[in-house]
Amino acid sequence: MADFPENLKYTTEHEWLDGSTPAVIGVTDVAAEALGDVVYLELPEVGATIEAGSVVGEIESTKSVSELYSPVSGTVTEVNTEAVDNPEVVNQDPYGKGWLFKVEVSGTGELLTAAEYAQHTGS
Amino acid sequence: MGEDRKTPLYDEHVALGASMTPFGGWLMPLRYTSDLAEHRAVREAAGLFDLSHMGNINVTGPDAAAFLDHALVGYISKVREMGARYSMICAEDGSVLDDLIVYHHAPGEYSVIANAANAELVLGKLQERTAGFDVVLKDVQPGQALIAVQGPRAVEIMLATAGLVEDAEISGGTAFADLKYYACMGMRFQGEPLLVGRTGYTGEDGFELWVPADRAVALWRALLGAGEPLGLVPAGLSARDSLRLEAGMPLYGHELDTTTTPFEAGMGRVVRLDKVSDDGTPVPFVGRDALAARKESAPARVLVGLRGEGRRPARADYEVVLRGAGAEPGAPVGRVTSGAPSPTLGYPIAMAYVTPEVSAEGTELAVDVRGRAEPFVVVPMPFYRRPQN
Repeated sequence: MADFPENLKYTTEHEWLDGSTPAVIGVTDVAAEALGDVVYLELPEVGATIEAGSVVGEIESTKSVSELYSPVSGTVTEVNTEAVDNPEVVNQDPYGKGWLFKVEVSGTGELLTAAEYAQHTGS
Repeated sequence: MGEDRKTPLYDEHVALGASMTPFGGWLMPLRYTSDLAEHRAVREAAGLFDLSHMGNINVTGPDAAAFLDHALVGYISKVREMGARYSMICAEDGSVLDDLIVYHHAPGEYSVIANAANAELVLGKLQERTAGFDVVLKDVQPGQALIAVQGPRAVEIMLATAGLVEDAEISGGTAFADLKYYACMGMRFQGEPLLVGRTGYTGEDGFELWVPADRAVALWRALLGAGEPLGLVPAGLSARDSLRLEAGMPLYGHELDTTTTPFEAGMGRVVRLDKVSDDGTPVPFVGRDALAARKESAPARVLVGLRGEGRRPARADYEVVLRGAGAEPGAPVGRVTSGAPSPTLGYPIAMAYVTPEVSAEGTELAVDVRGRAEPFVVVPMPFYRRPQN
């Protein structure tokens, strides 16, 4: 069962972000499910300036690799090194321990509500 | 393109929550829960696989053995009754049309198991090659299911499976306890005869069972019921692929194809140029001349195993390069055919065709992983070998 917490915003590329400052960003359980077991994460560097909608990293599973897009523009303040060391947390807890990076937000791309994202994924 | 076919176990897979994927013209389970969990279950306990998509061609008749010696590259007439043999079917030019397993499951009667995507082609090629031989070919894949139990606990699971029994009348002279690797026997399930081979594609001990389609669901459930308390889980194509890769086994379409001969793939041993017929003359099997010439000539490329020194895995079709300065990929020397993070070993593994100059064990190479050179080193295969007891 797909699960989309109401307090988060989503992108059509299956990332989520919360409303805190800096904003916490991760991938949704739809993405985690579709990828299969995540085995390798390539995250942006702390201090990097990133653009909403641009590729900022990679998520690699046993079978495939997909690009990680940033839902927002801004400066990366922290990355989840625990998830880098144990990428399976992305599958186990995509909205919690499986968060990926934090951004001091200067602007956002197109964001969806939980209901809109659910509609987008057909869940 | 027609619609993907469903095996007799399709509804079981869906009920178990499998992600289904098209594969070789069939809709097959990719995974049920987690690729890694399924992979590890096979290494540590056991996995249950639906392989009903595999082609199955029955070869019978007085000339069956001589025909297979002619049509395939292996020495099939030497396969004893109730034995099995890994072999290949090649074109006249020596290129590989498919890799196969041949079971000699009754006197003068053989089954040729082909890859799903090649099943039709193999049947056609075999049919073409029957001229002059007294044999009958029959596609027996429809109406059958093939279920595999693979893993260190496979024997226990078979013994615990309700309704699966030995019967000396149809066993072919073997007791289950004595069934050897790469041999087969007849057993009964719910009274119906079925063929059991001690074969597989995972690098573990295990069995493959051919069952009439109308008993497939019952056998699947009986095996699961017996096996679940022992750690058996249903396992999908994704785990099957990572398991065979660790075991260094080629996959048609990756390591083998119509541009490859068995020699480049490191499988020259399956080509039996020494085959002779009953009167002692060499068997002019299909592809013989080309393969004899190829055996003597230096190959342009060879299949090697690669171990990643970093964490990023190489994938099929990525370029193998010389190590350059830093992350800059050096000159290309080959191409990856299969690659994945090895769940058992904990580092990336890959198979690749490379030029012979860089094929020696220990050669330090790199793979261009999406623009960045990742260090890999040539290692012997298989990457993983099961513990012998």
